[in-house]
Amino acid sequence: MNHTATTLARNPFVRTVRRSTALLALACAMPATWADSREMPASAMLPAYKQECAACHMAYPPGMLPASSWTRMMKGLGQHYGTDASLDAAMVRQIGTWLEAHAGTTKRVREAPPQDRITQSAWFERKHREVQPAVWKRAAVGSRANCMACHTRADQGDFDDDRVHIPK
Amino acid sequence: MPALHHGGMHNTPHTTFLARFAALLALAFALAPAHAGDTTAASQMQRWSDASGKPVSAERGRVFFTSRHGGEWSCASCHGNPPTTSTRHASTGKTITPLAPAFNPERFTDQAKVDKWFRRNCNDVLSRECTAVEKADVLAWLLQLDAKTPSQATKGTP
Repeated sequence: MNHTATTLARNPFVRTVRRSTALLALACAMPATWADSREMPASAMLPAYKQECAACHMAYPPGMLPASSWTRMMKGLGQHYGTDASLDAAMVRQIGTWLEAHAGTTKRVREAPPQDRITQSAWFERKHREVQPAVWKRAAVGSRANCMACHTRADQGDFDDDRVHIPK
Repeated sequence: MPALHHGGMHNTPHTTFLARFAALLALAFALAPAHAGDTTAASQMQRWSDASGKPVSAERGRVFFTSRHGGEWSCASCHGNPPTTSTRHASTGKTITPLAPAFNPERFTDQAKVDKWFRRNCNDVLSRECTAVEKADVLAWLLQLDAKTPSQATKGTP
């Protein structure tokens, strides 16, 4: 170690900053404490995930799919539900790792839905069984993937029935 | 109401440290490499025009942008025609802000982003990458769309 580095290490300010940085890193790494892993608010999501994935659609809570679905999806971004959503390899790795770490593990999410579509999960079908087919086709809804059309606070991880407002 | 005992910031070692730490953080952010704002729409047009070695044509760009190329979508399917207002994505319904730089100054100011989206969207519309001529022409047309004379472009999607 050279002289400058030694001086830096002894400096109490530098030491405190180091400690704080470690503490900050620890806070960021803390496990999510949402009541249900399907309810992660956007504020708790990986910035790269929000930046890249939410450029085209809502940043879906990672807990809505099992890890196996996310892994497959991140390998096939060149053909992502009909569009090219390809990313560079480093970004695929970064987002993929995060998604797998925060994927759904509960009993009803564990099994991969057909085509790895959240909207074809058994729990999704069950929760929406009272929604008439015509409602999904309304211009303001457009797609089952458009959570925000009815779940007005979906981007904040809030899918509570009380906040549902079905557009006319 | 309980009395407020803290009565303002004392210059304790703790607050001094916090202030220094905040300053350090701010400095770190300021020094981080800027990803956005590294280019302009005009220099992107020049870049492809240089690559192709051919003069640009805004009219050719307009036709290219508003036509389908064998697939289900044209560029205008998602971006609108003219692409001067916010639209919704043809399949996800997500809002797409205007593409014409005069209506959205952030467009074409980040080269990595420009390349990423041309790669993806050309693949969606043409099932291949766009050529330098095509990209230069589209840029020439987009740059011609002026906020003061929005009627110069034809209405209606293909």
